[in-house]
This record gives sequence, C-alpha cells and structure tokens, in this order.
Amino acid sequence: MSLIRSALVPVGGALAGLVILGVGLALLGYDAGAALGALWRGAFGSWYAISSATMVRAVPLMTIGLGLAISFRAGALNIGAEGQFAVGAMAATAVGLATGSWPAPVGLVATLGAGVAAGAAWILVPVILRFRFGVLEVISTLLLNFVAEALVSYAVQGPLREGKGIYPQSDPIGSSVRLALVPGTRLHVGFFAVVALALVLSVLFRRSGWGFRLKAVGEAPRAAAVAGGIRVERTVAVALLCSGALAGLAGAFEVSGVTYALFQNLSPGYGFTAIAVALIARTNPVGVIGAGLAFGALEAGAAGMQRDAGVPAVAVSIVQAVIIIVALLSVRRDSTEASW
Amino acid sequence: MGIPPSSDGTLTPVLELSQIRKRFGSAMALAGADFILARGEVHGLLGENGAGKSTLMHVAFGLFQPDAGEIKVRDRVVSLRDPAAAKRLGIGMVHQHFTSVPALTVEENLWLAAGRHGAAIGNPRGAGSADTAIGRLRRRLWEGLDPAARAEDLPVGAKQRLEILQALASDAEILLLDEPTAVLAPAEVTELLGLLGEFARGGGSVVFITHKLDEAFAAVSRVTVLRRGQVTYSGAIDECTPAGLARAMVGDAAADQLVLLGVPIEARELGDGPVVGSANGLEAREGEIVGLAAVEGNGQRELLRALLGPSVAFVPEDRTTEGLIGGFSLTENLVLGLSRDPRWATGAWIDWPAARRRMAELLGQFGIRASGADAPARSLSGGNQQKVVLARAFEAKPRLLVAENPTRGLDIHATAFVHEQLRAYARGGGSVVFYSTDLDEVLSLANRVVVMVRGAVVPVPAGASRRRVGAMMLGVSE
Repeated sequence: MSLIRSALVPVGGALAGLVILGVGLALLGYDAGAALGALWRGAFGSWYAISSATMVRAVPLMTIGLGLAISFRAGALNIGAEGQFAVGAMAATAVGLATGSWPAPVGLVATLGAGVAAGAAWILVPVILRFRFGVLEVISTLLLNFVAEALVSYAVQGPLREGKGIYPQSDPIGSSVRLALVPGTRLHVGFFAVVALALVLSVLFRRSGWGFRLKAVGEAPRAAAVAGGIRVERTVAVALLCSGALAGLAGAFEVSGVTYALFQNLSPGYGFTAIAVALIARTNPVGVIGAGLAFGALEAGAAGMQRDAGVPAVAVSIVQAVIIIVALLSVRRDSTEASW
Repeated sequence: MGIPPSSDGTLTPVLELSQIRKRFGSAMALAGADFILARGEVHGLLGENGAGKSTLMHVAFGLFQPDAGEIKVRDRVVSLRDPAAAKRLGIGMVHQHFTSVPALTVEENLWLAAGRHGAAIGNPRGAGSADTAIGRLRRRLWEGLDPAARAEDLPVGAKQRLEILQALASDAEILLLDEPTAVLAPAEVTELLGLLGEFARGGGSVVFITHKLDEAFAAVSRVTVLRRGQVTYSGAIDECTPAGLARAMVGDAAADQLVLLGVPIEARELGDGPVVGSANGLEAREGEIVGLAAVEGNGQRELLRALLGPSVAFVPEDRTTEGLIGGFSLTENLVLGLSRDPRWATGAWIDWPAARRRMAELLGQFGIRASGADAPARSLSGGNQQKVVLARAFEAKPRLLVAENPTRGLDIHATAFVHEQLRAYARGGGSVVFYSTDLDEVLSLANRVVVMVRGAVVPVPAGASRRRVGAMMLGVSE
C-alpha cells in the first residue's frame, strides 16, 4: 500500500465519522452545524487552540503510541499503557516533589527518569509472567491497569496528598522540575522531544539490526529463531519494556508539562486511544505523529464542542470508532489480496 | 496397478475442468488447462514446481476462482464459490501442508472438518462405518490412530492419515491429494498408495499430485501432465514411458539431462580430512556428503539440530515456517540468515542497498524465478523458495551444511539443481550432512550413508544393497 493511500484511509475515515456524527447529532435535535463548528474551533480555530489544546493533547498519544508501535512490531500486545502512564505520572510527581530544590536540569531529569523507570517496572511483571509462566501479556497488562488506578488513588489520598489535605491530589511540583513552555502557549517542550524520538525510531526501524529483528520476531517468531538465530524472547521482552518506559514517560510529561500535580483520572483514556493511534499508523513512527495529532485534535475539539455547543464530549468517540473501523477494513482488504 | 475404469471399459467423468485460466498478477498460472477425473480411478497429476498443479486443484476445490473456464461435477456445470461448496458436492482435499489444529484431538479435528455437514467421521468407537469405499478407507486410516491424541503429538505419518480423514469428513467421493507422500517414509507411501487404490476400486476417485515418476507408475491408472499452466500429456499410464512423461513435464531440451537422475554418483575416495562437526557419534569431515537414512521419528531431526553451531548452515525442512518469512522480501530473508555479514552489517546498522544488490546477484546465480530482490518470499513457488534458502546457506560460507529434506516438494529439475549445488560445495571442501525421507535420494546423493535407528547412529558398510539399508532402518539384521 502506498504512503499516500495509507494516509488517505484514516483521513477518509475521519470525514466519514464526522458526517455520521453530524447526522446523529441532527437526529437527536442538536444543531449539528454549530456543534461541528465548535469542534473545529476547539481543535483548529486559533493558534492558541492548535498549540495549547490539539498539540498538548497529542503529546501523550504520540509518546505512548511510539512505545506501542515498538511492541506491536514485535508482535506483543501491550494493553496496559493506561496503567503504565498512571504509575509514570505518580513516580514523576513523587520525585518531582522531592527534587524541587535541586538544580533545575538534574531535578527535571530525575523526574522524567522516574516516570520512565516506573512505566518499565510496571510492565516488567507481565514480561516475567509471560516468559516464566506463559501468561498472555494481553491479559496481564490489561489487569494491571486497575491496580495502577487503585495505586494512584491511594497515593493521592495518602503519601502524596497535598499539604492542605482538602482534595485527593498532590501538591504542585516546583517550577525547576517543570518543562519549559513555548511562549504564549501551553505547549511544553516534550512535544518536540517526541517528534525527534519519532524520527529517530523511524530510522532505527528501517535501518538498524534491532528494527529488523523486531519485525522478524513479530512477523514469524519461529523463522526468526531458526533461520535468523534471533533470541525471540529477549527481543519481545525488550520491546515490551520500551513500550512501558515510553508510557511512563508520557505520564511524567503530563505532570511536569501540563498538570504540575497528580490527581485521579489524570488520563482521559490516553493509554487506550494510543492503541488506535499506533494501529492506524501501522506502527510507522512518523504515522504515529500524524495519527496522534489527529486524535489530539479530536479530543481538543470535543472539549470545545462540549463547552460551546453543549454536546457531550464523548460523542467524538463515534468519529474515533469510524476511523478505526475504516482502517481495519483497509488492512483486511490488503491482507486478503491473493498470494500463491 | 491398472484399475479398470468401469465394468464396460468406458470412463464415467465425475469432475471435468475445461479450459481453466487463472492469472496471478503478471504470472499466468493456468493457461487453458483441461482435466477429466473419472469414477474409480487414481489419476496422477504431474508437473514441475510452478506448473500449475496445485492451482488447478485449488480451482477444483473452490479455493481459487478461475478467470475463465468451466467446471462440471457429475455432468453438471457448477460454480464453486468456496471450499464449502466443493465439500457439499463431495470433493475433499488434502493440502501440501498440514491443516489439522495442533491443540485439538484427532476426533475434535474431524468434527471440525465435518462441520455442519455432520457426516459420520468413522470413529472406530462408534458403530462400524458403512461398507462403502469411504467407510472402508476410513476404517483403514483409523488403524493405529488414537481419537483422543492431540494432533500436535502425532508422528508425521499419522498426521497425514488424519489429513485424509479430514478430507473424507464431508463424505468426499472425490479426493484431491496435493503431494501426500512428500513427508512419508517408503513403507508408509506404499501403504497409502494401496489404500487409495482400494478406495478407487470401490468407486471413489482420486487426484494424486506428485513429482515422483515411480509413484505415478505404481499407483495411478491415468495421468495428466501440466507444464507452464497447460496440459502437455493426458492418457493411460500403461501407454507411457518414464522418459516420455519426463519430457512432457520439463520439455524436450531438459529431458536428456534427467536420464542421469537416480544413478548413484561414483563413490568417491573418502578422505580423512578434518572433522568439522560431530554429534552422537556421527562425524562430518571436509569434502564429504553424509546421508542419514531413517524411518520417521528415530531421532534424525534431533541429531541434525545437535550438529548446529558456529560456521554451520542449516537448511530446515519447513521452508515456509522455519526457513523463510513469507511476508518479508527476498533481501530481508537474506539478511535474516546472515545478519552479521560484513557486506551489509555495519555495527548496529544494515546497509539495505548492499544486501539488495547481493540478493539480485543470487537470483541470477541460482536461477531463482522471482520478480526481483524485493519480491515477498511467499510470492515464489516452493522450488524457488528452496533455492533462496540454499543460496543463503551457501552465502554464509559454512564449513558444514546441515539439511533436512533439502528437496522436499521440488520437481525433478529443481532437485537436480539442488543436488548439483551440494556436490559442488562438497567438492570445494565443504561438508554436508543431510537427511531425506526419500531413501533413493540418500543413496544417490550421499557418498557416505549412515542409518539412524532408535536414536543410535549405525554406519552402513560399503557396498550394502538398498534392501540391506532398508532392513537396517527398521532395525532388522539380515
């Protein structure tokens, strides 16, 4: 499938989804034109909407999505990015609060590093379960999401609770461990780091031995082992750890670049939406950036639609669903083309 | 065994394929092929790899839709939208690769195959099968099969029986078998051919795809030969000579070379060169080709794997699941096996253009028919895939090459090519250890033969007869 077609499919899906959303809203008695207008303005209406809503919301989707692209390439299904994001955010908050008085770069690096380490540690359990006991990572990573949620809930009501003790949330982290913002916007520099990471991964996937081994293991583990002499388990384990680490980094970015504090439900489902982002991008890192921006725009637009037109933000999941279905249909069509 | 077509000597067609055309992309797989299968016959379908045999049978089984042509089953024009339609018409197929579900038991696999059709599967625990051709064949196939055994635990011969039972599960009176003997030991082949003959005499009809002329002469009553998608011969086997069939299969020019096949190469003087690999008492020395003769399941596969190590190249039997990655390009498959080759591996990076150039050269050197170095491996025919695996193995410049059924599923032409490559490699100082389920291949290719029986390596004395080797394989001393 050509590059142009692989980009056209999700765009077509988005347009179809928007049409369906508009028709549905009209049937329900909403002013569809006003709602879609608010959606557009929320995502792209101004430089501020683009930079401070769409791009900010795209960062966690892109960061997690890149990690999932690595694991999906290796044929491993990490469904637990939501949990890895949460523990990443929690660890970053704890370290950020503790290192707030340190010199700026050291504290910030420690804060982000804590997120990375926590995300990787969170997926280490499923990795061990898979290779020691044969537990499918799909199940173990999914279940650990609930554990992570409970852990964050405990943290914000216990050890990390704000000094005032009023709300179940942490104190704000100090300014030295916050990510710099683009002037005049709420966009933090994590965005550029992720785009750079995508470009690096893109090269690694296409040109490095590691990228090749990932793909071989994902495509045909047996042939990878017999013909390629590749250590399949190790390759898959590293891929899963990378995906956990990046989801943890996304959590750290969110705390140190957007919210500056930890609270429950920090993520509106980024860990799950990012699965769609990675799949629609077909695990192509540059595609992840594009798909992350598109889904970020939808999330931003949804907020605008709720604010300005009184349409529940969740209505936008119709558009996301249509994009996913269209993308899946196109994958199916490609794979059923005759081979002999 | 000449099976009479019917009592009055005329043929009653049960399956007629007329002027079938099928194109895959730019490749014409079938260019107007005609095929008639009669009641009560085992019909041999011969041809080189890529001649269109499998494609033609896939059309008859509803797996492929022909671009043009007509299909008649029992004198009625039919359109086979899918295999389910073919099964409803009593057509069953045994594929080149096993299709049973490994985790399911024998019995569960059969119920799965029977599907909603709900035909009796002839379980020996159930009431005796009807005394029809199908019933009798079922009973014979069931012998020694445990209904509760998992398919993955079955030895290869039993797996093949299960495949045939699955094909019969829809009460198929027309059986299409795509190289069913490729994985079987000689005794199992004889037995299978006998069963099929019996089935046909009872009124069943069998299409038997094979490369092996001796099997064709032993088992079939009529034969159709395909070459490049067209029928080059069709008629009674009694009227054929091996040379004539070979000519029909490969064309006139190539036929002369084929006469040499099957003639053992002169046993060469065995050097006492350095040992380059050893396992379980088997030593491989420079410049020799060691052939392993064994009945399936005597530890030969484990022995081959025990020989693997640094500077040893391995040609696994199953090129589609172990040798190659079907979705990868030929270049990627080359790099898969040679990931540290300095020509394209520079530190952590792979120089893809360099690998692609080398693969393109190998396509020419080995006469691999592919659209290019970027073609996905699965777009190649089996023989050409094997050439890729072999080219890659030689490319590693190994001191020892270990091969498992190196010519499985290859036609005469490709087999000769592979043998010549292996001989040339040994002449150049390399060492080959190979195992083949085809005893004749072991005897003709190897300059030293060892037998494996119950896990032990037994050397074959010089000048031993084929019969002696066969007895040794069975652990019988004469």
